[in-house]
Amino acid sequence: MSYSQTTTQSKAGYSAGVKDYKLTYYTPDYTPKDTDILAAFRMTPQPGVPPEECAAAVAAESSTGTWTTVWTDLLTDMDRYKGRCYDIEPVPGEDNQYICYVAYPLDLFEEGSVTNLLTSLVGNVFGFKALRALRLEDLRIPVAYLKTFQGPPHGIQVERDRLNKYGRPLLGCTIKPKLGLSAKNYGRAVYECLRGGLDFTKDDENINSQPFQRWRDRFLFVADAIHKSQAETGEIKGHYLNVTAATCEEMLKRAEYAKELGMPIVMHDFLTGGFTANTTLAHWCRDNGVLLHIHRAMHAVIDRQKNHGIHFRVLAKCLRMSGGDHIHTGTVVGKLEGDRAGTLGFVDLLRENYVEQDKSRGVYFTQDWASMGGVMAVASGGIHVWHMPALVEIFGDDSVLQFGGGTLGHPWGNAPGATANRVALEACVQARNEGRNLAREGGDIIREACKWSPELAAACELWKEIKFEFDTVDTL
Amino acid sequence: MKTLPKERRYETLSYLPPLTDAQIERQIAYILKMGYFPAVEFNEDSNPETYYWTMWKLPMFNASSTQEVLSEVQACRSEYPDCYVRVVGFDNVKQCQITSFIVHKPGASSNSYRY
Repeated sequence: MSYSQTTTQSKAGYSAGVKDYKLTYYTPDYTPKDTDILAAFRMTPQPGVPPEECAAAVAAESSTGTWTTVWTDLLTDMDRYKGRCYDIEPVPGEDNQYICYVAYPLDLFEEGSVTNLLTSLVGNVFGFKALRALRLEDLRIPVAYLKTFQGPPHGIQVERDRLNKYGRPLLGCTIKPKLGLSAKNYGRAVYECLRGGLDFTKDDENINSQPFQRWRDRFLFVADAIHKSQAETGEIKGHYLNVTAATCEEMLKRAEYAKELGMPIVMHDFLTGGFTANTTLAHWCRDNGVLLHIHRAMHAVIDRQKNHGIHFRVLAKCLRMSGGDHIHTGTVVGKLEGDRAGTLGFVDLLRENYVEQDKSRGVYFTQDWASMGGVMAVASGGIHVWHMPALVEIFGDDSVLQFGGGTLGHPWGNAPGATANRVALEACVQARNEGRNLAREGGDIIREACKWSPELAAACELWKEIKFEFDTVDTL
Repeated sequence: MKTLPKERRYETLSYLPPLTDAQIERQIAYILKMGYFPAVEFNEDSNPETYYWTMWKLPMFNASSTQEVLSEVQACRSEYPDCYVRVVGFDNVKQCQITSFIVHKPGASSNSYRY
């Protein structure tokens, strides 16, 4: 019995030369198997290249193919290993753009390696001449492959149990200015934020270990700030200590020291650090009981263009496989506008166990996560107290809302700024649970809380009330 | 400008003014509406790393009205006026605790219904 549903003729013997890809790699009759990895590419062929040939080239170049026939092809069972383009859909409203669907057999990829998966899928093919542009929109990871990944070190529920925080989003803040504070001054800013009511503060992504503030000094002063604020407030506190470093050995050394100091969470930049480093750290974090916050510096280089690159939902899925307990997702409402439906689509892919196909939310494939832990969505950037009702409504409880300027920019300082945010958050959670509509009554809820919270009143005076616009800015 | 006073807190909803019983009842209604199981627990201290507080009886798997839960809150307050008391909610589908909020602090009046 043949291993696969389509056959490649090898009995005919070897004939050297360049052959149309579509003869081998375009198989519209193929029904994808449950164990196949599926990819949806947004493809813009060069003028004059037929879509079938172009799509077949994508399947070929991201799996077994090369530009010309080689005799060693005949020594393998091509049907067992080749990627197949099994469907092509024109994109409505675009002249020469198609979504092409490619199925890859499981055996093409190493177990537990996001690095290997991406090297194959988005390796050489993106520079291929027959393409004007190519964007990887989504992946379907089969359960058989998912089960070879550890995933998030802890997941949402273990994090809540460890932090003893239930029934509300968590609150964070990135310490600013980004660069230049001494370790002791930095720790003071952390202490003031945490004592005011935040759950977390965060290292800026570009703070690693610079001359003005070496990593070990930062860790020591931040640990002091955490222990003191925790003792005073009676709540568990954390700071995302950035352990991103030049080598994996250095990264792990910093993580070990954070653990020695009793710190609950460390942080990593998964794209600049790379998936190999990230997966290494995620394994270390599970072994050592330290939560892992993931920042996404460099993502816009990869995901911003609509017709070329990789959509963030793919990067988010890869991160869930590689491992992280938090990841930044954008805010929908702040300075970094994002399409609401699309953002919620990948927020579901980060947090839920089973997500149905829904193209209106950018979810091209039904994804079963097979009980892999969930990742908390982090909304950060350009948000303040007036955004709170919309953020609670959009992101729900399993999220971290991070107000950087919205905390540190409070006219009375960090601690009152933190309290203003915490009061606004709890007022919104209370109102939501009581059945009030946050989208419609959000402004009233905040104004009512201002009557008894002078910290919130001062924040509301400084920042202007905003209207909640839920219209889509970006399109899918 | 004001300095923020040092103050102990008790996690979710503890940055609001102390909840009245009418407000507590609405939070309990949310727990029941979502299909979670409410429970009452109490403890002498509020150390953040004391994960387990003592259970007041068992979680109320069959509670059908907020009043049933509220009367257990009241009974716990009366018997342990010098303890902290909180209401928690369990979700047996997600298999975890899903909510928690403080309803009594030591020394607060425990006898009268607060509107």
